[in-house]
Amino acid sequence: MPKSDRAAAHSIAFRSEGVTKVYGIGDAAVHALRGVDLEVPIGELVVVLGPSGSGKSTMLNIMGGLDRATAGSVWFMNDELTAMDDAALTRFRRHHVGFVFQFYNLMPSLTARENVELVTEIADNPMDADEALALVGLKDRANHFPAQLSGGEQQRVAIARAIAKQPEVLFCDEPTGALDSKTGRAVLRVLKDVNERLGATVLIITHAAATAAMADRVLNFADGKIREVSLNDTKLDPEEIEW
Amino acid sequence: MVSPLDKKLGRDLWHMKGQAVAIAVVIALGVLMLVMMDGLVNSLDETRAAYYERYRLADVFAPVKRAPDHVLRKVAEIDGVGAVEGRIFGGALIDLDGEPVPIRAQAVSLPDFSAPRINDVHLTQGRRLDPRRKDEILLLDGFAHARGLGPGDSLSATMNGARRTFEIVGLVQSPEFLYAVAPGEFAPNDANFAVFWMSREALGAAFDMEGAFNEVLIGLGRNADFEAVLDLVDRALDQYGGLGAYGLEDQVSNRFVTEEISGLRVSSRGVPPVFLAVAAFLLYIVISRMVQSEREQIGLLKAFGYSNLEVGAHYFKFIMAIAIGGAILGCIFGILSGRAMVELYLNYFKFPFLIFEVEPKAFLTGFFVSVVTASLGGMVVLRKVFALTPAVAMRPPAPADYSHAARFGELTKRLLDQPSRMVIRRFIRQPGRAAAAITGIGTGMALSVAMLTVLASFDEMMNINFTVLDRSDVTVSFVEPLSDKTIYNLQNVDGVIEVEPFRFVSVVLRHDRQYHRGAISGQVSKPRLNRAVAAGNVPILIRDDGITLAQSLADKLRISPGDTIVVEVREGRRPLLELPVVGVTQNLLGSPAYLELSALNRTLKEPGRVSGAYLRIDSAKSNTVYLAIKNMPAVAGVSLKAQAREAFQVLMDQGAGGMRFVMAAIAGIITFGIVYNSARIAFAERERDIASLRVIGFTKAEAAFVLLGELGLITSLALPVGLLLGHYLSLAILNGFSTDLYHIPAFHAPSSYGMAVAAVVAAAAISGWIVNRDVAKLDLVASLKTRE
Repeated sequence: MPKSDRAAAHSIAFRSEGVTKVYGIGDAAVHALRGVDLEVPIGELVVVLGPSGSGKSTMLNIMGGLDRATAGSVWFMNDELTAMDDAALTRFRRHHVGFVFQFYNLMPSLTARENVELVTEIADNPMDADEALALVGLKDRANHFPAQLSGGEQQRVAIARAIAKQPEVLFCDEPTGALDSKTGRAVLRVLKDVNERLGATVLIITHAAATAAMADRVLNFADGKIREVSLNDTKLDPEEIEW
Repeated sequence: MVSPLDKKLGRDLWHMKGQAVAIAVVIALGVLMLVMMDGLVNSLDETRAAYYERYRLADVFAPVKRAPDHVLRKVAEIDGVGAVEGRIFGGALIDLDGEPVPIRAQAVSLPDFSAPRINDVHLTQGRRLDPRRKDEILLLDGFAHARGLGPGDSLSATMNGARRTFEIVGLVQSPEFLYAVAPGEFAPNDANFAVFWMSREALGAAFDMEGAFNEVLIGLGRNADFEAVLDLVDRALDQYGGLGAYGLEDQVSNRFVTEEISGLRVSSRGVPPVFLAVAAFLLYIVISRMVQSEREQIGLLKAFGYSNLEVGAHYFKFIMAIAIGGAILGCIFGILSGRAMVELYLNYFKFPFLIFEVEPKAFLTGFFVSVVTASLGGMVVLRKVFALTPAVAMRPPAPADYSHAARFGELTKRLLDQPSRMVIRRFIRQPGRAAAAITGIGTGMALSVAMLTVLASFDEMMNINFTVLDRSDVTVSFVEPLSDKTIYNLQNVDGVIEVEPFRFVSVVLRHDRQYHRGAISGQVSKPRLNRAVAAGNVPILIRDDGITLAQSLADKLRISPGDTIVVEVREGRRPLLELPVVGVTQNLLGSPAYLELSALNRTLKEPGRVSGAYLRIDSAKSNTVYLAIKNMPAVAGVSLKAQAREAFQVLMDQGAGGMRFVMAAIAGIITFGIVYNSARIAFAERERDIASLRVIGFTKAEAAFVLLGELGLITSLALPVGLLLGHYLSLAILNGFSTDLYHIPAFHAPSSYGMAVAAVVAAAAISGWIVNRDVAKLDLVASLKTRE
């Protein structure tokens, strides 16, 4: 189904009901999620806040098809992620989702362009790898290996890799966690551009509460639950954020 | 266009080229062994067959006392006989200047006016015989070289009591004397046994065989009935003193060569699979640990939406690159070393040419085993990783739960420092991985233990045989059985300390359908110079109430004490006897059958006859003794134990047994490879941990200890495993080496085991040193900052 039709038919990208996640069993059991209900409309830029261990990463992993819930349901558009088998989850990730991780997770043995091509090769409707690198301002670093790039540059390659498939959703787990404030702002700018230019729904996990000022919607996690959902009427540009 | 995943593959391989090559080399050695041994055995077999065919080696040999030439026509008319040649075949002694004892030789006639239709010779130097000249000979190439003789030289030989001098006109090789061994000896000795060919007429004159022959050579036609031909030939020759026709398989040289090749074949079937299995096991362990360490990248690829199949295919290619690379390397070097081995054996077997051939089966087996085990190693781990959700796979594995190793820590807290506890707890936490590493090193070490034990057992076998069993210095044999008065003559020679008579009688032993062409050895009841032994090398008495057989012969005839054996005597009046088997001996060389000397003579109705004697002599007077023996009439030959021992040593170093050195070398390399690979992988797995330790202030040495302590612990636990496995492996391998000619009991010398331990410890030390260097070079920031 073409993207525009789908967007018209459903305004909600993600919806979840009573999602729990338990690691381990018995005494060693850790309750990472204790019943999460949420809704994320299409095209929003969502910032997810919360202390370590509050469950925000776990929730995003489940929404991104990287992990499975112990109980509860998660829908992406009309499809129930929690009911999918491995193959279906693989297709979901392959065609709809982009990921950006705190530690970039680039393949050290591939150049910047090749890292992007890793994704464009298997995507349905990818943009050109060089175009994706240009979007994050790294056009002239395409032939460098990760070891030859700074942290910020590596993270921007990771973002280029994530957006190159033109995903409907972009998950970013602590994308600025390993970066200094100036580089961090530049990365956030790229994410905002992706959100606005490509119309992708963007979810950003962060420790930096100030980042919330650039979001449409802010989800506050604590103790495995969403404690608060707030909506911003006026959004700041990344450059205006106090770090 | 090359896909990014394939680029990753190429660069990853390049990045870990050291490890990849180390793994590939181990599997390559396993394959090399298989291909080399297969090539060697096949080539020797093919070359032998081609040599026999080109030089028309006889299918049937029929010795006879003396038959007139016209009998050949009768033999030629026998159904199934293709070609017939009558010849003269006799013993001779060669006198060489400076040689204390005469050298035994075989004189063989060649047709005067044509090339032999059967049993041709291959001229290597000089020319063929001129039929008009009666004093020309062709000399066996091996003897000529050992003695520095060539065309133009002269040689004196004593035949039938008369001494004559001949001119050597050519040197030859013969398929009939591939393995030139003097009668009664086991090992060929180029310098001490000669064969020469001369004109039929001249040799006929020397042996009173004018217009007659004493051996018929027969080439069989197609579809000939072998047994029927033997039977008819025996009947045709009976009235002339036929000694029994026999086939090529019983011909002395061919039998020895066949034994050697089959010894090689047995060890080529038995040993390389063991090597390959050890290499394959290592490959399995290494590949599975390597894929394990790629876990995060696998998770990442899955996060992007690569399917299990695509990720699996990627790693499969990675594994195959190493496994197939190793197999190809093994095949190439297997062919090269197989060829080199054949060249070496060519020297030993004296083939005039070489046909090198490896069966495709060897390549296929090598490839199949490497590919399958490598895939298994990869797939087992990939399946485990695929079972994880990408989120979990991408995280570095959750810190392993060491809680149930905690009590152990309490216990040892006072005894062990922090790093030591890390080593111990890691062990207890992952017993499976530790067990795999221990088994891997243990198996590699077992190869070394086994091969060192094989080396020691060969030496011990020689030692036992030439000190405990054979305590004589000289063996004298007579042209024909003589009266036992001769023994007194020998005893009276100055310098002779002890004399022990013996009698050898050529026989065919039969039991059911099994038969053996050999001799019965008549010995005194309590031999002192040439003894038979039971298990544990305990000397036994020679019984007069029945035959005592060597274990190997009893096995071949499928007979055991209590059964009756049929003895067809092949000399004198050729009686047919039935005798009980009363015991077996554990002899190491040959396959003797014993009967007490006077009982043997009684049975043959030839009392007081001896065919020779074993002597113990005063070494200070050896030259006097040799001179006295040289001047005695009717002496067919003298063999010195020192020479026999040397010849046997050469046989075992250059014959099938020579392979043991190559195998020992390969075993050593595989052992080292396994230890080194274990250290490398342990380093790869713990790189981050070690970097973390360095970051929090551990010195290089302290950080390295965590790794090296583990290697040390694994190595020390692997030692007993290796010793035990090696013990059993050596039994299996030695079985493969034993042939009809010699039996090699396992000799478990502490020094072999000690050397294997030292080798493994040295390998661990060297590997540890190399890894320690890498710990020192670790880039802390890089290895902690990026998750790779």
